[in-house]
Amino acid sequence: MDLTIIDWLIMLLYFAFVLGIGFALKRFMKTSKDFFQAGRSLPAWICGLAFISANLGAQEVIGMGASGAKYGIATSHFYWIGAIPAMIFVGVFMMPFYYGSKARSVPEFLRLRFDEKTRAYNACSFAVMTVFSSGISMYAMARLIQTLHVFDSLFLKFNLPLGWIFHFAIIISAIIVLGYIFLGGLTSAIYNEVLQFFLIVAGFLPLVWVGLKNVGGWSGLKAALPVAYTHSWRGMTNAHNNPLGVEWFGLSMGLAFVLSFGYWCTDFLVIQTAMASDSEESARRVPLIAAVPKMFFPFLVILPGLIAIATTTTTQHAMLQSAPTLNTTAAPAAANDLSDPTKFSKGLIPAKVNPVTGKVMTDERGHPLLDYDLAIPNMLLHYFPTGILGLGLTALLASFMSGMAGNVTAFNTVWTYDLYQSYIHKNASDSHYLKMGRWATVGGILLSMATAYAATSFNNIMDTLQLVFSFVNAPLFATFLLGMFWKRTTGHAAFTGLVSGTVAAVVHHGLTLPADAHPGIHGGWITVVHSYPSEMAQNFWTAIWAFSVNFILTVIISLMTKPREESELVGLVYSLTPKPVEHHMAWYARPKVIAVGLIAMLIALNLIFR
Amino acid sequence: MNLDLRIPMGLMFLIVGAIMTILGLFTRGSVIYERSAGMNINLIWGVVMLAFGLIMFLLGRTSDKRVAAEPVEGTNRPLGGRGHGMGH
Repeated sequence: MDLTIIDWLIMLLYFAFVLGIGFALKRFMKTSKDFFQAGRSLPAWICGLAFISANLGAQEVIGMGASGAKYGIATSHFYWIGAIPAMIFVGVFMMPFYYGSKARSVPEFLRLRFDEKTRAYNACSFAVMTVFSSGISMYAMARLIQTLHVFDSLFLKFNLPLGWIFHFAIIISAIIVLGYIFLGGLTSAIYNEVLQFFLIVAGFLPLVWVGLKNVGGWSGLKAALPVAYTHSWRGMTNAHNNPLGVEWFGLSMGLAFVLSFGYWCTDFLVIQTAMASDSEESARRVPLIAAVPKMFFPFLVILPGLIAIATTTTTQHAMLQSAPTLNTTAAPAAANDLSDPTKFSKGLIPAKVNPVTGKVMTDERGHPLLDYDLAIPNMLLHYFPTGILGLGLTALLASFMSGMAGNVTAFNTVWTYDLYQSYIHKNASDSHYLKMGRWATVGGILLSMATAYAATSFNNIMDTLQLVFSFVNAPLFATFLLGMFWKRTTGHAAFTGLVSGTVAAVVHHGLTLPADAHPGIHGGWITVVHSYPSEMAQNFWTAIWAFSVNFILTVIISLMTKPREESELVGLVYSLTPKPVEHHMAWYARPKVIAVGLIAMLIALNLIFR
Repeated sequence: MNLDLRIPMGLMFLIVGAIMTILGLFTRGSVIYERSAGMNINLIWGVVMLAFGLIMFLLGRTSDKRVAAEPVEGTNRPLGGRGHGMGH
């Protein structure tokens, strides 16, 4: 990749500002509350933008572009029914309990509502997950920098071996993220998430504009692609008729209800930004503000994937081929030979190349595999001249870093408050916990780096980790739903339900298999009793099973155990808590009014792109 | 929090916007714009970023001044903004 001094300048400027914000915030970090909870003093719009930014990490941007190229506009289900209803729900109904209970973290809320063991289980599993996720983010970023050859010219200039680029990328990102969180805590992380939000918009909006113009606008894009690509609901009545391989019931129950509510309503990674806002009213508004840009993000991150497929590559610029081709002297061969990867690429999406043989990789039926993850990077390289290319790359790097940062701040809070203060060192001074938080940040980053390196030596570790996370996360929402809306729910029930929900997810995964997959990491490692048309369908149904088992068991066990005194549950359970008053707010600022407006917009979008 | 994010953010967009605008002015009609559908995207987008940066910077500055002008009257209840959904 040929970057000029201008591109470097833009990237350096971003890093300078990111660290500068950390330094500027350092003097405000006086108590542990300032550090871990941003002093609970940020305005709603900042927290709202950080709320979606925290989720907009690397895997998200690259992954959504990839799915856009693979499945088309149906990918936006992950943003529309897969996020918006849950964000409305958490804002209108759940936030009063999170914010009003004075809990400092989601696990702490579980202790207030249920008991110590439920909190310990949730805190431990969450802490482990955040460290691993930030490590995976780090690994993905270093890999992408390697593939894009961002630093190659720099390294050649200083005569450094190119093999060090991976280490360099890991260390640089670790130092920057560590730097600004160590200095400015959650405030710094949130401010940088907002900065990154605007950068992504600034970098991707012109990409979509130029790309659309090139393929002849929306109508040109529609003409260039198969019909199913530009319609999100076509063929949803039957799992075999649409590219996702999911039918509407699995989609709406699995994705829209269990998975999405489980993530947006219980994951401290996003909830922490809402809990940092300056009042309960702001906290309720945070997810609602976030929902507006979230609704339009498919046009920024998914559309480039579609354009990548539709772009005709007669004028190929510096397009990336997949994977570093070790074998550059591929023999000139016969027409159907797999040694010429360019023949199999689709638009800007190159075919996957086996780095050892230099041949195109194929699936079991002999179709060539495409490297969809390169959709967004190739779009940037194809459409952006120097100058704005620097901006686009900065946006991409920024998204990797804020994904890491959100995980790291969630980790240091849960570690310090829920594990260290609760079980290791009680009753220390506030400044002690503040110091602990800073060192927990260092520890969290070091563990992330270890994860990133583990991912380089064990191929499957990323898939395995994500699978394990999904087992732990799948049943969570049932516990929170029952805890907040049914006063009878007991601690023993919540704990047993959570654990059995996870077990149910594991068992379901062991018993089912997506079509075209071999038993193993994809499922079926106990025995195959059912086969799903796609891996996505299997994921959704795993979540549905985990949720249902947790829900049913929690209800049964609650009825058999002794409930807590109602007086202890005020502020924690819906029916026992005074409803938040809204009548002093202007009508358009009331959460319920905003919620209705959001739902109307959501329906309109689905109708337009049905 | 005492640092208004809009000030540093506005500054950053101003500087990046300026860099892109100047680059765009110097590269008018250059072949590098073949890939961006013939548009001088650096110039166009540079100006957009300049405008956005300026608005953010000015908003941040005015709200900073307002906070400095009227001393907070013993309330830390941020509900004061009555109606404007943005808070400050």
